[in-house]
Amino acid sequence: MNLILIAVISLGAIALISAAILFVASKKFAVYEDPRIAKVGEVLPQANCGGCGYPGCSAFADACVKAETLEGKYCPVGGQSVMGQVASILGMDAEASDPMVAVVRCNGSCEHRPRLNTYDGPMSCAIAASLYGGETGCSYGCLGCGDCVEACQFDAIHMNPETGLPEVDEDKCTACNACVKACPKSIIELRAKGKKSRRVYVSCVNKDKGALTRKACDVGCIGCSKCVKACPYEAITVTSNLAYIDYNKCKSCRKCVEVCPQSTIIEVNFPPRKPKQEAVETAPVAEA
Amino acid sequence: MLKTFSIGGVHPQENKLSAHQPIVAADVPAKAIILLGQHIGAPAKPIVAKGDMVKVGTKIADANGFVSAAIHSSVSGKIAKIDSVIDASGYAKPAIFIDVEGDEWEESIDRDTTLIKECSLSSEEIVKKIADAGIVGLGGACFPTQVKLCPPPSFTAECLIINAVECEPYLTADHQLMLERAEEIMVGVSILMKAIKVNKAFIGIENNKPDAIELMTKVASTYAGISVVPLKVKYPQGGEKQLIDAIIARQVPSGALPIATGAVVQNVGTAFAVYEAVQKNKPLLERVITVTGKSLQKPSNFMARIGTPMSQLIDACGGLPEDTGKIIGGGPMMGKALVNTDVPTAKGSSGILIMNKKEAKRGEERNCIRCSKCVSVCPMGLEPFLLGALAENKDFERMEKERIMDCIECGSCQFTCPAYRPLLDYCRLGKSKVGAMIRARQAK
Repeated sequence: MNLILIAVISLGAIALISAAILFVASKKFAVYEDPRIAKVGEVLPQANCGGCGYPGCSAFADACVKAETLEGKYCPVGGQSVMGQVASILGMDAEASDPMVAVVRCNGSCEHRPRLNTYDGPMSCAIAASLYGGETGCSYGCLGCGDCVEACQFDAIHMNPETGLPEVDEDKCTACNACVKACPKSIIELRAKGKKSRRVYVSCVNKDKGALTRKACDVGCIGCSKCVKACPYEAITVTSNLAYIDYNKCKSCRKCVEVCPQSTIIEVNFPPRKPKQEAVETAPVAEA
Repeated sequence: MLKTFSIGGVHPQENKLSAHQPIVAADVPAKAIILLGQHIGAPAKPIVAKGDMVKVGTKIADANGFVSAAIHSSVSGKIAKIDSVIDASGYAKPAIFIDVEGDEWEESIDRDTTLIKECSLSSEEIVKKIADAGIVGLGGACFPTQVKLCPPPSFTAECLIINAVECEPYLTADHQLMLERAEEIMVGVSILMKAIKVNKAFIGIENNKPDAIELMTKVASTYAGISVVPLKVKYPQGGEKQLIDAIIARQVPSGALPIATGAVVQNVGTAFAVYEAVQKNKPLLERVITVTGKSLQKPSNFMARIGTPMSQLIDACGGLPEDTGKIIGGGPMMGKALVNTDVPTAKGSSGILIMNKKEAKRGEERNCIRCSKCVSVCPMGLEPFLLGALAENKDFERMEKERIMDCIECGSCQFTCPAYRPLLDYCRLGKSKVGAMIRARQAK
């Protein structure tokens, strides 16, 4: 009986002393962490993709809380709604930013771009690019080994076996930039998604002279500058035989699409064109 | 015991199918395409324009910078255009296109075949003549020769090593050149010795060419300071660092220039080109090329003008066999597969190898079984299995620490791997990524 009593009292005493030490230590050595960091962290998607430019979501939350304004800080995965929530937690204004999407600027499918040789090395674009120009006559185009597919954490980019080119699922794409970094040929670019997801872009990155490009691919940009002249908004420039549409200036009028002799300029998510062209084409048939 | 390098190495099947085939002068092509970037360093600057008439040996492009080389016309005719052409790697590269008319040579070139032994020029004059002739290392790396002959002032050359190893399987260009032009080569070697002011030269020849060793030893005995060193057959003995190790038993430190060992290495083909440039005023406009392959009708050695389309040389050997799987520019170990056969030959084209489908097929890649064969064969003492895994996982910082930049891309690791892992491809990827990282760091 006595033994049990001694044990209970002594252990109880040790517990009390330890509790006191821990209490003092926790007060004395406490590190103040802004509770808003945890709050911001909660609303972030926790994808840890690095698309914001910070190493993971918690680092981004920390940076947001410590920053004076939210200028230049944007979570591409969460988009405008998450940035709105972050802004309301921190009592700041979220920067208005257009949603972006990854765009594959090569249309050199098996049909458009004949294969001249066969690559039998490891299935990696990075390795293929370090060895040679590629299976076709175009040394700028997609190699088709799928480094971008491997890089995507959101299952938003897949190879289309028929065309041999990657395709982006716009609904899943968060514009995190991972595929852009993975592509050794710099074919993938982040572009503004556009109103109603409608956008126009040059689907080619070939900088060779027109004759060489035309030989290699049916739909390559030959740098003819017709689109530059057609554009009423000065949104298109041609440098080293390659046209580029500045998405900030483009108003999606689609005049360039009509004049492009190589069908290199592509429009997406527009309703099908009904007027003129079809009428002109069908009219003579009717007459005949 | 024959000499050889100290670590690693493999012994692939030799397959010297074209050995002892006399060197035949290839036909002058109807149209020559002369690339402007045929050497390591900046591409040459063209000094001719469309419509100009050129003769064989006319300088058509100037060296553009210190590490660069001049380029001369290998044919006579009219400049058709200066445009880009798809080269052996599939990339478009600038080149000069010449429509051939006749075969008229520059008057300054001595086309007489009599041997001229005496050379009264000074060291500087020799180097200048070599630079004017656009000579580059003909072993394959195409490093401008005049740069190698002028080492940085902190180093002094002690001896000259002539690389006549030809360790690549299939290739026989150097072997045949030695059998046919031994005297000229010796004069070339003496001129090179004079250029770098040394009195010792070693000619390294692998033991699988006993006739060349015998002939060269006999000829060398009449020249002061030149000795022939027979070497044990082992790949990659023709690597500069391996050859220095094999002959004078000194190792090039990691990251240092080979001149740190006091040796200047030149290829035997380069020595011959030096002879022609200095004694006969003939710039580098043709070279010996081996065209070979198991299914090829007539494997041959050609003396071909630079800028000859490879298809023409293949046709001269009986045409492309039906079961062709791969066409390789260079030897099977370090050569690169060609994207098409219309590509022109360049200063560095030592051979064209036609592999049949069975030979060309890569084995199916499997997991590393940690047998460490790659480690034991790596002539640079690296761990290729580790480098391969690191490249696969994109850990390029660690690759740099594991000395990926020491890799000489000899391919011994991939050759020996029983799991058919593409170790060389991974190492090349790592080298290009780490090289870019280092350049970015230096730019900061």
